[in-house]
Amino acid sequence: MAKFTLQVNGQSRTVDVAPETPLLWVLRDHLELVGTKFGCGIGQCRACTVHIGGQPVQACMTPVSGVGRKPVVTIEGLSSDGTHPLQKAWCELDVAQCGYCQAGQLMTASALLADNPKPTDEDIDNAMAGNLCRCGTYLRIRAGIHRAAELATASNSKEASK
Amino acid sequence: MNPYEAPTPPTLPSLDRRDFLRLTSVASGGLILGSFLKSTGDLKAAEIAKTAPAGDFTPNAFIRLGVDGSITLIAPRPDSGQGVKTSLPMLLAEDLEAPWQSVTVQMADLNAIYGSQAAGGSTSTPTFYSLLRQLGTTARIMLIEAAAQNWGVPASECVAEAAVVHHRASKRSLAYRDLVAKAATLPVPDAKKAILKDPKDFKLLGRRISGVDNQKIVTGQNLFGLDFKLPGMAYAMYEKCPVFGGKVVSANLDRIKTLPGVKDAFILEGTSDLRGLMPGVAIIADSTWAALSARRQLKIVWNEGSHANDSWDNFTQQAQALAAKGTGNVVRKDGDIDAAFAVATKTVEGTYSYPFISHANLEPQNCTARVSADHAEIWAPSQNPGAGADMVNKVLGIPKANITVHILRAGGGFGRRLSADFVIEAAAISQKAGVPVKLTWTREDDLRHDHFRPGGFHFLKGGVDASGKITAWRNHTVLFAGGLSADEFPSRFIPNHLGLSSVIDNSMPMGPWRAPGSCVFAFVYQSFIDELAHAAGRDPLAVRLEILGDHGTVPGTGERGTPYNAARMKAVVKLVAEKSGWGKKLPRGQGQGIAFHFSHRGYIAQVAEVTVSKTGELRVDRVVCVADVGSQIVNLSGAENQVEGSIVDGLSAAWRQELNIERGRIVEANLAEYQLLRMPDAPRKIECHFLQSDNPPTGLGEPVLPPLAPAVANAIFAATGKRIRQLPFSKTDISWS
Repeated sequence: MAKFTLQVNGQSRTVDVAPETPLLWVLRDHLELVGTKFGCGIGQCRACTVHIGGQPVQACMTPVSGVGRKPVVTIEGLSSDGTHPLQKAWCELDVAQCGYCQAGQLMTASALLADNPKPTDEDIDNAMAGNLCRCGTYLRIRAGIHRAAELATASNSKEASK
Repeated sequence: MNPYEAPTPPTLPSLDRRDFLRLTSVASGGLILGSFLKSTGDLKAAEIAKTAPAGDFTPNAFIRLGVDGSITLIAPRPDSGQGVKTSLPMLLAEDLEAPWQSVTVQMADLNAIYGSQAAGGSTSTPTFYSLLRQLGTTARIMLIEAAAQNWGVPASECVAEAAVVHHRASKRSLAYRDLVAKAATLPVPDAKKAILKDPKDFKLLGRRISGVDNQKIVTGQNLFGLDFKLPGMAYAMYEKCPVFGGKVVSANLDRIKTLPGVKDAFILEGTSDLRGLMPGVAIIADSTWAALSARRQLKIVWNEGSHANDSWDNFTQQAQALAAKGTGNVVRKDGDIDAAFAVATKTVEGTYSYPFISHANLEPQNCTARVSADHAEIWAPSQNPGAGADMVNKVLGIPKANITVHILRAGGGFGRRLSADFVIEAAAISQKAGVPVKLTWTREDDLRHDHFRPGGFHFLKGGVDASGKITAWRNHTVLFAGGLSADEFPSRFIPNHLGLSSVIDNSMPMGPWRAPGSCVFAFVYQSFIDELAHAAGRDPLAVRLEILGDHGTVPGTGERGTPYNAARMKAVVKLVAEKSGWGKKLPRGQGQGIAFHFSHRGYIAQVAEVTVSKTGELRVDRVVCVADVGSQIVNLSGAENQVEGSIVDGLSAAWRQELNIERGRIVEANLAEYQLLRMPDAPRKIECHFLQSDNPPTGLGEPVLPPLAPAVANAIFAATGKRIRQLPFSKTDISWS
């Protein structure tokens, strides 16, 4: 066992765990952040996607000892109050069916939009190809990302006109 | 449970003797659903009111109005993505005149008062559609009556709208919150006699309503089974024999108990029920990772039993041998098949097959349990909480009255969570360990210990006469369980028909997988109809309409037979042809395919349009779907979600999903080998049309899936001339030149 101090969603959190423990289980079992999901444990479904240093990463494949001081953002930290344009778009379009994969979808999609605020269908397919949705909500995920891009543009132009 | 047939969960409350007596005393007679309605009113005093704050208005077990203005509606059945946690309370809210945004939806625990809480077989809408509307109506009548008494006017002069009762003549209004106390003192009217709203006055039903858990989902809040945590809980893993039915001989438990974080390790003898508590080794630890790490050191000696040499190759050989014998259980015999073949101008023979596949719920099976010698409390992401309680009662001997089951949101169901194996495992481990546990299955556990969708083989021969009409149909079905329906289409519609059935010796654990039976039979029969149409040189649409003919409703065969309304099917087939532009000219490498299927009370037709590259890469460009599931869609967004999801799921299952079996065990371990569909392969466009017919509203979780695979396979044939007779599609070379 060893102590690790992580920067999670803007907070400093210390855990005492085996160094090889995947970040996924540290978040879920030790930090009460259960939004990051377990689906396969081998990085194939990406339900466990979080941001480390702004990049989408599979928490199930990331040992806690490898995280260091880099900021970790989970679905709980995507926005302070659930109003990220993607979160709004997801509720507006009723994207989820079971909802289990959606945290991972949102974390991958938010990294895409941060890089590419106006993605095409092809950009979206390429960025999202790693995230499985067993219920088959892919068409709504694609529509949700386009809608979030619109919402973000609208709110940016509103900001700019202030 | 027949894994090829839709489960038909009982709609009656399952009751212990005490409840039974109480119910029968109020219902005076048979426990039919109608009396269940009455009993919900009578039972509320005993069951519901004791938890409700004093002064609240609880006219039945599904509705609670608070003096604070709160409106709480109960979702009686589990939600695993099919949307019933939203759609069923919508039925209550519509007739209650409760504005949706002011409603709080609460998930029910397992309770006989709600009738069957098994969410399977697309039964939730047909079971609850009228019932919940009646209960909403009686509550509204009582609130109106309370206002009328208050004002001293006839109730017939008052109306309710948006949680307010109005007396227009005197321009007086009272909010529900101000009527709660009075309404609670009034007698509950007979719900069956309640006059329901005219659908033209619906404010909520038929609209697109976003799921009630969406905000929690998008912000990652504690919601799913696997998210649940109890104080003092330990984390459990459970390893079972990779060969189904195998038993534990010994395990290195002493070593495992010394590993970091491990609290206990032990063997469970289990039972012989392949879908119940299988023998295995439990590890209890202080975290999921400690349990998983310790498990990697686990060494178990198994007695693999008599099926350790089973393999898919072996099953295939058995199937071929059974077919070659040409005998089997005669499921159906119409006309004179030999005479029909003797005069047929064209005959086609073909063997169709499909493999075992997994449900692959993205949330692996899991359950939290706190169990003592005689009490059990369960928190389960289950589709069928009653089955969990039944199994805990049966296997652990705990009285039903001492078993509590809390229903948590499930990360996918598709029929897998109708089983209770994960519940009984958690309960047995908790009881033996003497601590509350959360049992987590790994993906490998989930894939290799599924209750699989069974594979199967169909040896078909069909004949067309000189006019191009299909006149003869011989089908020898070789499956992994018996009990086939005699009514599987095109049964009843081909004059000369022989249906034989044989069963392969096996010990596979099998269960219902979304649209059981239909999910594979539609592929076989709708593809073979296409083969015969092409053999006759005819339009596959015209041949289909000819088979359906002018039959109207064709009765089912035997007591369990299902009537088939050919007129409803013909209507959806015609509409899908129109909406898709059936028959348009496409270049080689592109094609349209059509298929239809009736299951779970729904009549569905689909046209798929595909592009196949010369090197055999498939793209599904468009799927057009027409569904007749009755007169009213409850939640349009949820309904469209089920259509889109079923189409993507149908394509996912048909394209690459396959479990191989060698040495009695599943070969594939995880999602690297077991390939689900990803976004780039999803259909580029899905169009969904609901043909609203004058029939009772029915469910949508399942019936849209079956036609997808044959529609795509038929489109591939149209594009390439390559006929797919085997699932998954990926096994057939569809390149062309």
